[in-house]
Amino acid sequence: MNAALFIILAVIVISAVVGITAGRKLKMNLENWTVGGRRFGVIIIWLLMAGEIYTTFTFLGASGWAYSKGAPAFYILVYGALAYTLSFFILPALWKIGKRYGLHTQPDYFIKRYNSRFLGVLVALIGVFSIIPYLQLQLTGLGLIVEVASNGTVRSAYAIGIAFILTCAFVFTSGIRGAAWVAIIKDVLMIAAVFVVGFGVPSIYFGGFGKMFNIQIEKMPEHLIFPGSTTHMDSLWVMSTILLTALGFYMWPHVFGSAFSAKSDKVIKRNAVIMPFYQIPILLIFMVGFTALLVLPGLENGDMAFLSLVNQTYPSWFMGFVGAAGAVTAMVPAAILVLFASTLISKNVYQTGINPNASEDTVMRLSRFMVLVIMTFSLLFAIFLPNELVNLLILGYDGVCQFFPGVVFGLFWKGVTKQGVLAGILAGTGFVVFLILSQNDPFLGMNAGFVGLLINIMVTIFISLLTRADVQKTKS
Amino acid sequence: MQKGKKYALVLGAIPFVMLVFALPLVNRIHPVVLGLPFILFWILAWVMLTPLILFFAYRLEQKDDSDEGEEE
Repeated sequence: MNAALFIILAVIVISAVVGITAGRKLKMNLENWTVGGRRFGVIIIWLLMAGEIYTTFTFLGASGWAYSKGAPAFYILVYGALAYTLSFFILPALWKIGKRYGLHTQPDYFIKRYNSRFLGVLVALIGVFSIIPYLQLQLTGLGLIVEVASNGTVRSAYAIGIAFILTCAFVFTSGIRGAAWVAIIKDVLMIAAVFVVGFGVPSIYFGGFGKMFNIQIEKMPEHLIFPGSTTHMDSLWVMSTILLTALGFYMWPHVFGSAFSAKSDKVIKRNAVIMPFYQIPILLIFMVGFTALLVLPGLENGDMAFLSLVNQTYPSWFMGFVGAAGAVTAMVPAAILVLFASTLISKNVYQTGINPNASEDTVMRLSRFMVLVIMTFSLLFAIFLPNELVNLLILGYDGVCQFFPGVVFGLFWKGVTKQGVLAGILAGTGFVVFLILSQNDPFLGMNAGFVGLLINIMVTIFISLLTRADVQKTKS
Repeated sequence: MQKGKKYALVLGAIPFVMLVFALPLVNRIHPVVLGLPFILFWILAWVMLTPLILFFAYRLEQKDDSDEGEEE
């Protein structure tokens, strides 16, 4: 076993032990499992938020796209800032409703606002189907990391398997609290790794960012403007993808929940003001991707750019450190995602839709069981259906962004009806699935998910106006 | 709608205009600023200005609240 592999294994085992210990003394009921008993302080919430935002995708996907696609990757730097701007205006209203009615999950909101259990079940199902590619992304990334760090001696399938068992273990015992504790380890390692490598490699090879870009501009200027080294990701694609992901950001079931956990609406607004600073490390990650393109051209898989460059530049123990940071960075979001997905199924599909009389114990047991089921599916997808990391993320966004009209109209437009929202979600989702399956993504130069969202918005407004007129007629 | 809230919304639209709708106009390498191709510099600059814009929006909304407090 080499030094790198030893460090990675040590860190992920220690993380799992910390995660398991976190919940040892708690009696695990649904409240403790999903919302930590609602006693999280500001700092733990902040850690969880960073834990949710910085995933394997940020690490490998952003550098991978800077390497293989060039300028279109810049969308990753932008959408977070716009998502936080939106949250400033939308989340406080959501927080108020959540507080008034004691809501926990995203489907809870739809059930309450539109008085429709069917809509709640539908939202829960789309949420789960969107989470699975995001989970798959974490596992695929983790496999890549361990494979590179061990110089190919550990097959990625085994690495994914080990991480799978450890993650399930601490989700099982400690729920969200386990994820929050491991997130501390993860954030420290990850930020340290990004700063050291992001500032390090451009200086080591070229003497700084500016000099690195000078050479890049001379050698391949077209890589640095849209559509970069692609044919189909021109300005229109970048613009539509930014809008899709900015609008979809807070629609992820696990991020949406953060609106309910805050202490007050002022805290949410203040948080939104400082959140765009979360974006800075992404710039450094781009730098690594661009440097890799000059130093190591011709890699088959762009997602390997970050790791391959670290492997070539730094000693083995440092590779172990970066690999460990990357592995934990996959495990924490995976834990949070699987936890929310399993709760959606047990609480909002089973209890809401199938058996309203189910006891809390039953729902809790089902949640734990669903952790295994969902993780197993993602594991199989990760091993047998490998895909580029960014593609997986955008696929998830295609699904969750369909909630946007229902959420935002629900908050700010009295005239929206449940028929409108239902028709909008079905039309939008159906259209996206059709475009992707018929390989028409991008469509007219735009991201297919964004086209689906536009259709969703139009159908929601149109049907709402129609059904609203009906309601008024029957009343009179 | 209160005045401060309205201005806050207008401020909130600025990042969207600059970081989405203006992109085709700034999709260029030159002039290189701070060593970055112009498009990357533009994006970075507006991402960094967004907290400042939101801070002003927050102040404007606070002003609404304190005005309201005086009237009550």
